[in-house]
Amino acid sequence: MDFLLEIIMTPAILACLKIAVIILLFAMPLGTLLTLMERKWSAMIQDRVGPNRANIGKFTGNGLLHIAADGLKSIFKEDTIPKGANGFLYLIAPFFGLIAAVAIFAIIPIAGPIGNFTFQVTDVNPGLLFIFAITSLNVYGAVLAGTSSNSKFALLGGTRASAQMISYEVFMGLALMGIFMVYGTTRVSGIVNGQNEYWFGNLVPMWGIFTQPLGFILFFTALVAETKRAPFDAPEGESEIVAGYFLEYSGMRWSAFMLAEYVSLVGVAALMTTLFFGGYHVPWLHLWENAPQWIVTILQILKFTFFTVVFCWFQIQLRWTVPKFRFDQTMGLGWKKLLPLSLVNIIVTALVILTLA
Amino acid sequence: MPKLNICKYSSGGIMELKVKRVERVDGVKEAIFLPAIFNGLRLTVKHFWRNLFGARDVVTINYPEEKRHVSPRWRGRHRLTRLENGFLSCVACYMCETVCPSKCIHIEAGEHPDLSVEKYPVVFDIDELRCVFCGLCVEACPKDAIRMDTGVVSMAYTSRQTFDFTRDLLRDSYDPKLHSNPKYEDEDLPKPVKQSEALPNSQGIPAT
Ligand code: SF4
Ligand code: SF4
Repeated sequence: MDFLLEIIMTPAILACLKIAVIILLFAMPLGTLLTLMERKWSAMIQDRVGPNRANIGKFTGNGLLHIAADGLKSIFKEDTIPKGANGFLYLIAPFFGLIAAVAIFAIIPIAGPIGNFTFQVTDVNPGLLFIFAITSLNVYGAVLAGTSSNSKFALLGGTRASAQMISYEVFMGLALMGIFMVYGTTRVSGIVNGQNEYWFGNLVPMWGIFTQPLGFILFFTALVAETKRAPFDAPEGESEIVAGYFLEYSGMRWSAFMLAEYVSLVGVAALMTTLFFGGYHVPWLHLWENAPQWIVTILQILKFTFFTVVFCWFQIQLRWTVPKFRFDQTMGLGWKKLLPLSLVNIIVTALVILTLA
Repeated sequence: MPKLNICKYSSGGIMELKVKRVERVDGVKEAIFLPAIFNGLRLTVKHFWRNLFGARDVVTINYPEEKRHVSPRWRGRHRLTRLENGFLSCVACYMCETVCPSKCIHIEAGEHPDLSVEKYPVVFDIDELRCVFCGLCVEACPKDAIRMDTGVVSMAYTSRQTFDFTRDLLRDSYDPKLHSNPKYEDEDLPKPVKQSEALPNSQGIPAT
């Protein structure tokens, strides 16, 4: 038993275990569920019923089986490669997006550390800069898919995606500068712990949304644009360019694109929770002195999951509320409004910190 | 709120178009999008919550299990009515076949050995695939022998032959209470001579 424990506690194996747990038990299931939930929730918003027909005998699970049905369908579908496509790039493109979506979870803590053990795959020093690096990798998926599939619609989608993602990346970083300045670190654990402080005695937790309200809106907008979801879904633009950059894909590779979209939806939600809603810290829990560690951890995981799910829901709600921006409006909004605003945000934050210090 | 005014455009005096014009509003409130987004969110979230608990607003009819209410006057699949004595009301006068615009009724008249029984259809086929459900056959019939009030609004079968409804499929089911004084049972109706040709789908489908 001790021997086994020793093997498990070696850092490499521990990291692998954490990856498995966080990705296979948290990110992927939530992302897969969201593929159904988006359809169910959008149906509720529009007074419909939503998918409820997939069944085994009489059991439908109110649509739950559609996940399995969709999975089976795309596994057995033919994986087509269009004529004149660049085969190799075409085949690997879907996985750039998926890898980038999943890699976000590497730095997100889902509960507080117990002793030496952290509920985080790795707490890298650059912290959030890692996120920016990874999200830029996301562009490759769209661009490679767009250029390699030898289709004009896909090319248009890929071009739009690259233009949109690169420009929104610019002020995505700038929007977070405020957070770095307030909490004085780029390490995720530092930022999360910084949000466990309180203002006015024990009244208001110093969550990112209270310290950086404008930064919150800017960063959220940028992230929604990064995941190419409505209202910034001009790269997919099903009303004009059919499905955009992944138009030619079918079967499991198409599913990889969809899964990447939903996993990055979860990623965005987790990131917003971590940076702006206190991460895993349950507010006012420190008032309960000598609370048992296991209860605290369970509460933390629950709180984190709850906020993540709420944010996933919010993004879906947003998608079914707001009409799509025209592409020039997307770019105009980014460069002419959000970029200056994030610069203003940095200056104001700096001034406030200077006066308070 | 944007101001609405209704303008009237007349196009050459033939038709008047009513166009609702929404004035564009500029200003900070529009430029930052957030008030508009929250207005929209309020509406969608309201629907979402209402439907999450109780599905009160859902207008969907779960079709095969639930069916939309169909007015009794709806022109559905045809039926051939019966006299009180249980015999078919149709006297094979060919009125319906003549008036039918899509020429989908095929009748062959026959004579009954019992002289008190009038002329009757030995063959009465309706190709429901060609029928345009105009209802003219119902109006043409002097004997109220053909009606379209079965309430069968969707006929979906997998072969074309199945849509050739024959006399025995079209006629009402025999009801001992209504047809209190039956003269002849259904079996007594003579079949066409070449059953297999006249009744291509006599192997049958449910007559409802
Ligand atoms: S409804 Fe019209 S088209 Fe159909 S059988 Fe009667 S007359 Fe012919
Ligand atoms: S259904 Fe009516 S109109 Fe047609 S043949 Fe019979 S009696 Fe005449």
